[in-house]
Amino acid sequence: MVAFSLPQNSKVDAGKIWPAPHKGELREFRIYRWSPDDHHNPRLDTYYVDLRSCGPMVLDALIKIKNEQDATLTFRRSCREGICGSCAMNIDGTNTLACVKAIEDVKGPVKIYPLPHMPVVKDLVPDMTNFYAQHRSIEPWLKTTTPTPEAEWKQSRPDRAKLDGLYECILCACCSTSCPSYWWNGERYLGPAVLLQAYRWLIDSRDEATGERLDNLEDPFRLYRCHTIMNCAKACPKHLNPAKAIAELKKMMIERRL
Amino acid sequence: MKTPLGMVRGLGSAKTGTEHWWLQRVTAIANIPLVIFVIVFILWHLGADRAALMASVKHPLIAIALAMSFLSILWHMRLGMQVIIEDYVHGRWRIVCLLGNVFFTIALGIAALYAILSLSFGA
Repeated sequence: MVAFSLPQNSKVDAGKIWPAPHKGELREFRIYRWSPDDHHNPRLDTYYVDLRSCGPMVLDALIKIKNEQDATLTFRRSCREGICGSCAMNIDGTNTLACVKAIEDVKGPVKIYPLPHMPVVKDLVPDMTNFYAQHRSIEPWLKTTTPTPEAEWKQSRPDRAKLDGLYECILCACCSTSCPSYWWNGERYLGPAVLLQAYRWLIDSRDEATGERLDNLEDPFRLYRCHTIMNCAKACPKHLNPAKAIAELKKMMIERRL
Repeated sequence: MKTPLGMVRGLGSAKTGTEHWWLQRVTAIANIPLVIFVIVFILWHLGADRAALMASVKHPLIAIALAMSFLSILWHMRLGMQVIIEDYVHGRWRIVCLLGNVFFTIALGIAALYAILSLSFGA
């Protein structure tokens, strides 16, 4: 449901200002904090990081803060090179991966929030349950009726090329959580990330369940909540274009009835 | 206590939506010439009295073009408003708003057609 203001228990309070290191090239970080264990509202804590002893990316600063100042700061991270999608968060007003966002690209204090409009587990960790269930619902695997060949399923080079720009998606959810349609109707609208994955299987030349897949998307909410807002394409840290994939889905829907 | 996948699957796909999306595009294309016609018609009759208006609308091509404009524009309006309601209105108010949208559009359309007919055939 559309909401013009945050619920009372979600309003972000001013938080603690952590003591700055005594010297160095200091950079200010304002980070969203919320814990399910106390009954306080979320707050925005301020930390100062010496950039001379810190790596270049926002994730480097988060790890440094956690190691040296505040061990309770909670966030997901794994590969630190933009391929696992764990450290997706809202940095400087844009959803992106903390590990590929350079600190020097942010003007002023670096503001860090969890992905928008997702339930928060703790601090910068969102609850991805619904997102993953939506991905599961489009059955993201090869579906065939023809008996499996002795060797591989053959695919021509041009057919393989159709998957470029789609297979690279790491399911970080930066796009889906940047989409206003997903904010207001996320329980029924599948969102850009999942629709891009749906399209990836729909144009796979080896897949034999195309019609069935389209049937499952033929819905005012699952697919047609996309209003071509394009935030998804702007947010994607892998420079993919989910909006284009959704447009192709809509074209397939028309193609099969004309 | 439904599982996350059970929640997502919900009542299944509605097997509709493409028709709505397609008609919104069809009426949008139709509206390009029709809206230009309506604007030209209004500018042409600025300050005209009822008799002058009736003289114009008596011409069958003008009456038909006006009727087509109303039907296409109003239907486009209904489709667009439905999307807005589905986006922003949740719970029991959604069905109320959707019904209101349909009734309002049909009432407006019939009133417009009546007006055209009365200008076209009236004395």
